[in-house]
Formats: sequence, C-alpha cells, structure tokens
Amino acid sequence: QKVFRVIPQNEEQVEIISSLASRMQVDFWQPDSVTQVKPKMKVDFQVEADKSFEVESLLAQNKMEYRVLIDNLQTAIEAQFDSKVRTAGHSYEKYNQWETIAAWTADIAAQNPDLVSRSVIGETYEGRQMYLLKVGKSGTNKKAIFMDCGFHAREWISPAFCQWFVKEAVETYGKDSVMTNILDRLDFYILPVLNIDGYVYTWTNNRMWRKTRSKNAGSFCIGTDPNRNFNAGWCSIGASDNPCDATYCGRTPESEKETKALADFIREHLSTIKAYFTIHSYSQLLLFPYSYTYKYPSNFEELNSIAGTASKQLASLYNTKYTYGPGAETIYPAAGGSDDWAFDQGIKYSFTFELRDTGRYGFLLPESQIKATCEETVLAVKYLANYVLQHLY
Amino acid sequence: RSGSRMEAPQGRAAALATACLSYSRGGPGRALALRAVTAASAQDIDNVGRKYHLKLVLEDILDKDNIVNCTAEVLYHLGNTNAAPDVHFEIEGELKSTDEQDNTFYNRIRSLKEELVAQDIPDSHGNVPPEMEPIRALAQAAAGYVVWQNSTEDTQYHLAQIKHVRQVKRSDDYLEFDYMVLLHEFVSQEIIPWQMTVLWHPQHGVKVTQNSRQ
Repeated sequence: QKVFRVIPQNEEQVEIISSLASRMQVDFWQPDSVTQVKPKMKVDFQVEADKSFEVESLLAQNKMEYRVLIDNLQTAIEAQFDSKVRTAGHSYEKYNQWETIAAWTADIAAQNPDLVSRSVIGETYEGRQMYLLKVGKSGTNKKAIFMDCGFHAREWISPAFCQWFVKEAVETYGKDSVMTNILDRLDFYILPVLNIDGYVYTWTNNRMWRKTRSKNAGSFCIGTDPNRNFNAGWCSIGASDNPCDATYCGRTPESEKETKALADFIREHLSTIKAYFTIHSYSQLLLFPYSYTYKYPSNFEELNSIAGTASKQLASLYNTKYTYGPGAETIYPAAGGSDDWAFDQGIKYSFTFELRDTGRYGFLLPESQIKATCEETVLAVKYLANYVLQHLY
Repeated sequence: RSGSRMEAPQGRAAALATACLSYSRGGPGRALALRAVTAASAQDIDNVGRKYHLKLVLEDILDKDNIVNCTAEVLYHLGNTNAAPDVHFEIEGELKSTDEQDNTFYNRIRSLKEELVAQDIPDSHGNVPPEMEPIRALAQAAAGYVVWQNSTEDTQYHLAQIKHVRQVKRSDDYLEFDYMVLLHEFVSQEIIPWQMTVLWHPQHGVKVTQNSRQ
C-alpha cells in the first residue's frame, strides 16, 4: 500500500477527496475521517497499491499537489520490525557488522521520511545490495554532495563516520541553523559502505583485509584495490598490476562491480553533484587532487585554502592535527583514485579524508574514539558543504 | 598549529627517526610517538645518499604530558644496499623516569606461575586490556629496531597489531618474549607478519635478538 499526503486548497478539492473515499477503500491517517477534512489541512491517507495509479491520476487531473509519504508500507513496517530485531544491535559508538548497518539504512529512512530515502546503486561481487542514502529536505533543482565510506575494508572508522553523519543530519535538522540550511539547499548522497564484501571479510576472516573480494583470473590471489580502480591515470603509478598486492589496480578501470556502480551513479547525476568526499583512515590527512600526478589542479589555491580552513575547523574541537595538501606529495603518488576521477569529471571540490589516528592504533582505532573522531570530522564536512553552497557552479 | 603542509618523504624520515628513538628509549613503561615535525629539510650528498635534518616533538603515549624535543639526522644510503639507514638523534632534556612502572612490570612477570601468553593486541575493536599495555609498549620499542633495519626512503612502517606473544622463561635476569606482530607498510599498504625475539631488563633496556619476516 501507498500513503499519500495532500493539502486541499479549497472546498472543491475537499470534495474530490470525499468522492475518492466513497469510491474506494481509503484509510485516513490524519485527520481521523473524511468528514474532518478541511481546506489547507494536511491530509494523509492510505490506499491499496493497485489503486494508487488511479489516485495519482485523479489528483493530477485536478491539479492537486500531493506527495507519496510512504511508497511501500509493507517494506516500511518490516524495516521497523527488523530494526527492533537486528538494529537492536546498532550503535553509533560501536563498530557495526554489515547486516546491522544494512538494517539501519532501512530504519533511518523509514523513521525520517522527510529527510532520508534509501536506494540501491548496484550489487557487490558477492551479490550484496549497495545501499545509498539521500539526505536532505526534498525540493526542486537541488545540487548535491556525494560522500562515501568503506572503500578499504579494514578502515572501520570510515563507515562509522558515514552512519554518524546521517544521524547528525536527522537529529540536528531544525535545531542547528547551519545543518538546516545545508539540508534545505543541498542533498547529500551517502554511501555508508562501498566495499561491503571486504568489510564483511574483516569481520569473519581477516581484520586487516583491504581490497574487494573478487576473483582474479589466472591467480589464486583475491581482490582489487577499489581506490586504484578508477579511470584516473589508471595503474600508471603507485599501484600494482599484481593481483596478489594490496594496491592491485584491477584488470581494467572499473573492473569491480562496486566501483562501476559508484562511477555509474556519479556519471548519471553529474549535473547535480558539486562536491565529492571519500572517507578513509588512517593518518589524519585532508587530501585533494591530484594523486596520479604531481601536477596541481587548476583551482589549487582554492582547494588548498579551504582544506586548510577545514583542517582548522576539525582541530577546533579536540586539537586533532591534520595535514593537508595535494595527494601525490602529501601522502604518496597513487593512480586510479576516486577523488581524482571525480575531479576530472568536473566535480571541482573533491576531497579524501584520512581519519584518526596517526599510527598508534592505526586501523584498530578503539570504539571509545568513534564519537570524538566523528564529531570533529562533522565540523570539517559542514564547513566544506557550506563553502560549496556559497560557491555553486 | 592546527594543520600543516608537509611533504611525505620528510614524514617518512621522521617516522624512521621516531622508530629509532623508540628502540633506544622505549620499554614496557614508555612508548614514544611522534607528535609533530617542527622542521625538516633534505640534502643530497654526492655518492652517498640523501640526508634529512629534522626537528621533532615526541610524546610518551602512556603519559601524554611527557613530551620531549629532538633533533635527528636520517641518512638513506644510495643504491640498493642492504645497509640500514644511518640515524642519529639528540634529545633535549630528560625523559621522565619509568623506574617504578618498569619494576612493577618486571616483578609481576617474574612472579607469574605460567609463562605469559596473549594474542590480538589490540583486538579488532581497538581494545587493549590494561595489564597488556606494558607488553604492547615493549613490542612498540622492539619493533623500532625491525623498522629501522628494514626502512628505505620509500617505506614507512607502523606496528599494526601483536598477533601473538609468548613469554620464554630464562635462567638469567632478563625477560624474554617471542612476538609475532603485523607491520603495516604505508606506501605499499601491505601487512607484513614479522617474528621478533625480545629481551628486556629494567636496567639494560630492550634488545631484539632475533627477527624474521614471515
């Protein structure tokens, strides 16, 4: 079943709703019954899925504005149930298993329909659905920021951050003026885990796994480094053509189903995506293009400046020091990165975050540091989002 | 300063200097880590190699207020030699004494009925049981030696995890531990298992008597 929201503007439109209710089974969520419907009032009602087309036609014919509040009631209910059963284990201050994160994506969307919707952008090598959350107040002609986490399986703080950011968004919308403004005027596309197969593998087999879990023809070795698999100077430097290596660039660019799904999505939405953030760990770095060459991007001065300010924002909370700069000289030259690829597609503001710490715990960052790491990183992301908003192109 | 531009090769040299300092001054009661690089420059020396001059600020992880300034010189030798880089350093002032923690740890281990055995430090979620902190600090210091011996200008190693540690009872005064650790090499992103046999004594410090890449 679908749930619709209509705001009748006048008595005539109220009459249309009444006649609808007399012709078919309509369950009113608000008000309680059709007799209480008045002009300018929010009217929420539920109809069978097979009647929804008729309802939409009728409303459209009569030029009545409407919204589909819940597209599939069954799914939403199941999500709620799942959330009690499985997301009972979900915590923003713990590292969550993939099944828990998957259930959480359904749950967070169902609980915040005005701000969050979930879609699937593709499937992993092992057949898992890749969930994407769209976060923002619905509106027309909105530009967007794309943010992904979980490229590298062992970087557990990364998916934790994406989950935290979504929580921040829904909890502070309407309370924090900066976040409210950002979400009113921009959408965030958030991919909580890109490399789901790898992430699962770090829970079941090898905590230090990095790559995807795809088989490589002619080799016993598994996996491709997703951040060497994009078409940006692909495999020219800082990547390996040996499938057994951690930085294996893959058979071809976008050979991995996961990277292809991401690239396809960005290509399809290129006209709206104005910034790209990809979250990794560790090292405490804020990087911008290029990594596949030592050449500076055309807007180097601008990127350098805002990276510096974003780093300062981040440090303002707990004094966590970040180093920033273009990838090649700040960390190492490495071709095939998603940030360089996104930039070369025309997304002018493209950043890689390497979160805490600097090597003390490395990939094994304690859960006790999740909150602080996420809180400080939110500041940097909000700063950058705000900057993008003020410099839309 | 809240953020800084710094070039990666200097960062690698600083990490190497820190590893050497760790080996030299670290132990169960002290784990030194790099807090900041305050100055760095590189100098090419004909027919010899590249020398980095560094000013570093180190901190004792087990006592964050315990910080110390160092100057260090790191010389990476030219060509494909198996020679470890030359590292020289000078510490400004004194590090706080760890005699008390050292002796507590020493006596605790000596009085164990059975040899200490442990694995996965930290565990997958980053937890380190408090009684394992000295074991970990000792591994950090010992790994400094392994890192130093195996570093080049294009590598940067961190101790990622202790997979397994086993105490080996000795008839003399030394404590001996057989570690299997995972080293994370930054540039290649490889995780390298490494075995280290580590001797320690409160008065004589850390010594790696045997080590091999697995």
